[in-house]
Amino acid sequence: MSDLLAAESATIGEPLINISIFGCFVLITLVITFRASRSNKSAADYYAAGRNISGTQNGLAIAGDYLSAASFLGITGAIAVYGYDGFLYSIGFLVAWLVALLLVAELMRNTARYTMADVLAFRMRQRPVRMAAAISTLVISLFYLLAQMAGAGGLVTLLLGVTGEAAQAVVVTTVGALMIFYVLVGGMRGTTYVQIIKATLLIFGAFVMTVWVLGKYGFNLSALLGGAQENAVEGRNVLAPGAQYGATDTSKLDFVSLGLALVLGTAGLPHVLMRFYTVPTAKDARRSVVWAIWLIGIFYLFSLVIGYGAGALVGPETILGAPGAVNAAAPLLAFELGGTVLLGIIAGVAFATILAVVAGLTITASASFAHDVYASVIKKGQVTGSGEVHVARITAVVIGAVSIGLGILALQAGINIAFLVALAFAVAASANLPTILYTLFWNKFTTQGALWSIYGGLIACVGLILFSPVVSGAPVNPVTGKSPSLIQDVDFAWFPLNNPGLVSIPLSFFLGWLGTKLSKERPDELKNAELEVRAFTGIGAEKAVAH
Amino acid sequence: MSEPNERRLLTPEEYLGAQNSPEFVDLKKRFRAFAFPMTFAFFAWYLLYVLLSTYAPDLMATRVFGNVNLGLLLGLAQFVTTFAITHLYVAHANRRTDPISDEMRERLEHHEYRTAGAATTDTEGATRV
Repeated sequence: MSDLLAAESATIGEPLINISIFGCFVLITLVITFRASRSNKSAADYYAAGRNISGTQNGLAIAGDYLSAASFLGITGAIAVYGYDGFLYSIGFLVAWLVALLLVAELMRNTARYTMADVLAFRMRQRPVRMAAAISTLVISLFYLLAQMAGAGGLVTLLLGVTGEAAQAVVVTTVGALMIFYVLVGGMRGTTYVQIIKATLLIFGAFVMTVWVLGKYGFNLSALLGGAQENAVEGRNVLAPGAQYGATDTSKLDFVSLGLALVLGTAGLPHVLMRFYTVPTAKDARRSVVWAIWLIGIFYLFSLVIGYGAGALVGPETILGAPGAVNAAAPLLAFELGGTVLLGIIAGVAFATILAVVAGLTITASASFAHDVYASVIKKGQVTGSGEVHVARITAVVIGAVSIGLGILALQAGINIAFLVALAFAVAASANLPTILYTLFWNKFTTQGALWSIYGGLIACVGLILFSPVVSGAPVNPVTGKSPSLIQDVDFAWFPLNNPGLVSIPLSFFLGWLGTKLSKERPDELKNAELEVRAFTGIGAEKAVAH
Repeated sequence: MSEPNERRLLTPEEYLGAQNSPEFVDLKKRFRAFAFPMTFAFFAWYLLYVLLSTYAPDLMATRVFGNVNLGLLLGLAQFVTTFAITHLYVAHANRRTDPISDEMRERLEHHEYRTAGAATTDTEGATRV
């Protein structure tokens, strides 16, 4: 039956049902966004939801932000096709939260107003550091957006029965326009509610599928694993590591590099950091991370079952043959289990996921541009809060338009979304994390150290990606007849690893240290004291807005 | 948009005084005593797991029961330790660091570090690690 599906048509299920379930989600969230917009008055409302989101709500919203299409579609797909190696993604994504919980979340909440740069520039020369932090925020957000839009593209083809590039472009534009609307009207508060609803739906949907899959195997994990192994690609052991990355010494090193980027990336992701500013106190930031860790961890356990379930019940050949390739595993499994209705629900959830994550990214990027570049660097602080928010809204529209363009371009690419997101993690871990940790824990850190670390990490990371097999020169896949690289038929790659984290992250730490050691600038003792006392005690932290 | 002015109410000297106070040194020490070794521990354990998965796949493929192998169990163990460390951290913060930071915030709001600042300026650096 599975073969028949793949052969007969490019779509599965009933597009009408898929569209109407998605439409319901959009309608409900639009109403909520409108209601949320009524209390949006100040910059703190627009950027940080007035800082009166509760810890529990924020935990759900973080999960909503974090469990992107990469987690849901990418990881389940990777597990379905490659087995164990896909599981390693989820472990890296989860363990990474401990860095955020132990070292970053509360201290950042206590010292920042709206953006990451508020903390990084606090005791440095403001304008250069803000500029650097804003640039890295924008680059990371764009990488992440590209991944989400690539996911949307594949999903559209698979689920809505839309074929032809023009029609797909229309769908991506619609998704992008909706996202811009959420951000413009609802601001951070509206976005937060969208994420809370989405996280609830996603975790519940994954729970239903998990129980369903396990039920088919008599709630015996071992039997499910056996089923997945039976259906695996010839000669591939999907229960042990190595199926995807074990081939050569280079691919092994690539895997270590990926593992490093995943675990160090989360605490440097600007849209994750920005979520900490929506809660009233540091204790709420802690509470929200604890909620997020539990929700995300449980979701990844579900995704293990869903992934192996898709491998066992749908089979890797069918998945790879479907439009959207690896990313189609979860929707195909939903169809296999519950027919058109479950597929419709899961498809709706997956769309909602992309919409919510893209909205979160857009608001972060627009806040960073308006607050750091426009208000601080261009206007030198001589700007009102409402003027800043006005610029943030315009930026949101521009970023929305750019991501629509990227989405249309990404339609043809069959790259695993989890893999693209991993690149965003590598940039975050290289450009942001070293500076964040140095700022919080090293009193002697200077402006020069921060700039070297941010720009050095950013340039090394993006540069190495540019000259890696991701962009050009990967060997042609005999099955598809295409190279998995972004650009076909040329080869200017000289860096062997797909993920640059192994080189760029230590380099950035080193540059931060070296830049500080070589700088003549004396650390500002008074600013240091203020930052440290504020970070650890929460004195002078931004308060919730009373309405 | 109103600029929160509470932060302006504290002078740089007050911050310096608070930073050099024994209770703040203690607060930082307690924070670091948990966060740094624990970060090192979970990071090392995660790296070990990644390296084992990469360079010892045969070991990881060792069957423990049914189709469940060592690799899967170690992977699930990563989940367990993550949840456990989360719990330990919250307990540590509630018991060891929150009482000090709450009390210090209270005192800062009442400007109780105003005089201490001038007296301890020459010892600044003592809290640097």
